[in-house]
Amino acid sequence: MRFVAAVGLPYPFELAFMQRALLASVCVGVFAPLIGTFLVQKRLSLIGDGIGHVAFAGVGAGVVLGTSELWTALVFAVAGSLAIEWLRRRRRASGDVALALLFYSGIALGVVLLSLDDALTGEVFGYLVGAPLTVTDGEVLGIVALAVGIVAVVVALRRPLFSIVTDDDWSRVAGLPVDGLNVLLGVVTAAAVVAAMRIVGILLVAAMMVLPVATAQLVARSFAGTLRIAVAVGVATSVAGLAASRLWGLAPGGTIVLLAAGTFAIASIARRAVARSPVRTQA
Amino acid sequence: MASAAAEREPDTAPLLVAEGLRFGYERDPVLHDVDLAIAPGEFVALVGPNGSGKSTLLQLLLGRLRPWEGTVRLFGRPPERLSDRGRIGYVPQRPSLASEVPATVEELVASGRLTEGRWWRPFSRADRETVRHALESVGLADLARRPLNELSGGQQQRAFIARAFASGPSLLVLDEPIAGVDQASQRRFRDALVHEIREHGAGVLLVSHELSAVAHDVDRVVVLKGTIVFDGSPAELASSGVSLGIHAEDLPLWLEELR
Repeated sequence: MRFVAAVGLPYPFELAFMQRALLASVCVGVFAPLIGTFLVQKRLSLIGDGIGHVAFAGVGAGVVLGTSELWTALVFAVAGSLAIEWLRRRRRASGDVALALLFYSGIALGVVLLSLDDALTGEVFGYLVGAPLTVTDGEVLGIVALAVGIVAVVVALRRPLFSIVTDDDWSRVAGLPVDGLNVLLGVVTAAAVVAAMRIVGILLVAAMMVLPVATAQLVARSFAGTLRIAVAVGVATSVAGLAASRLWGLAPGGTIVLLAAGTFAIASIARRAVARSPVRTQA
Repeated sequence: MASAAAEREPDTAPLLVAEGLRFGYERDPVLHDVDLAIAPGEFVALVGPNGSGKSTLLQLLLGRLRPWEGTVRLFGRPPERLSDRGRIGYVPQRPSLASEVPATVEELVASGRLTEGRWWRPFSRADRETVRHALESVGLADLARRPLNELSGGQQQRAFIARAFASGPSLLVLDEPIAGVDQASQRRFRDALVHEIREHGAGVLLVSHELSAVAHDVDRVVVLKGTIVFDGSPAELASSGVSLGIHAEDLPLWLEELR
């Protein structure tokens, strides 16, 4: 059964595999910066990287058990995010070392599990650096489903999430379920990491959660504006990166992330130029 | 002026009652035998030298810490069992909003509406109206769309106070809200507080060293030093040689001399 058949799109998106990649990449371009805005505000920019390490153990387990790598990785990533939240709450002082233990055990477990199955091959490499051109119909469907869930949760709860990531003390006195919302934010981040790993890869997933947000921070003047601009940058760089990878035969995951980094650099230079401009009227 | 509040709010049951509080960190007691009550429409200033336990007492009163001994009742209930948290308007000490991402004054104040209990619901027209009113009451309506980090310290402080107003609180708890704030912002702050007390019958617990801006409005001054060493009107305090208004430096000096 085909979920994504070729529709009439122009080059470089005229082929079914490019259209599957396009759909999945646009999803990542939307949900990764959306969730990333809350993570950046909470100063947890690199948490996506850590959860990705744990998700890799899930990829290994999926290969060994013969289960879906995507959904097995999701189970591991969610468990990892819960463990991180638990560690953060329990052991503030040595939380850093505890996180390192969790992350590197995760990636080591993934490597060992894959070696059991003689599966440390090029295909696994796609999970590390992304391989959107080879996503299957089933994977696209999974990514779209996760994207819908992530966007629905974040949009519906954007106000309480904004409150807990900006002012923990006040939010607790105000009676917001701060601990529960932090757990939810972790679980949604885990879902985002897993949904993005086939597109930009476990090594680059945190970049799509942070770089579009970093660009938006330079330009936006409100939290809502930051969310909108970050998503716009995420989608634009995903589509452009995918197109560029087809045109010049580049690795798509890396191209998307480099474009996101380039966008940040340009926005940063442009902002400085505007700030120095003598016609600046803003007091 | 007190009559307006009295007409609408015949219920004079105390908003806050603390009895026989004893608490400390590790094994060292910080507070002992603390009794405190705040009635609707009452303006209470809590003062004390550094390390006297003011912040700890606030944490106990708000239910963030549990006392070793004694009880706290907020609106007649233990703080941890209070469901309608919007009745407390809280302004944290030196609120430094984590501002990695820009947020507008309006976005901050709107979070005050989340305390209505149903924090997941979409905002209604009434919510927006309340937020606008809270912004007006602190004189920030014109700056509603401005990023918070572009405002002066005093303006930012007023935004945090507006967030507390936005939940329609019966009791305002403010922790050092005007420390280092300019004179104009202090006056605005005083006007907004008095408005909340007179129009809405709110009780106020203000922790501050700088009471000159509100010297004529405070009903009671409570002096804390491990326990409550003075609890009375500013006039009674003045009879012991300490004036809140005229010599702003008297109070901190007197507090430091306290043994």
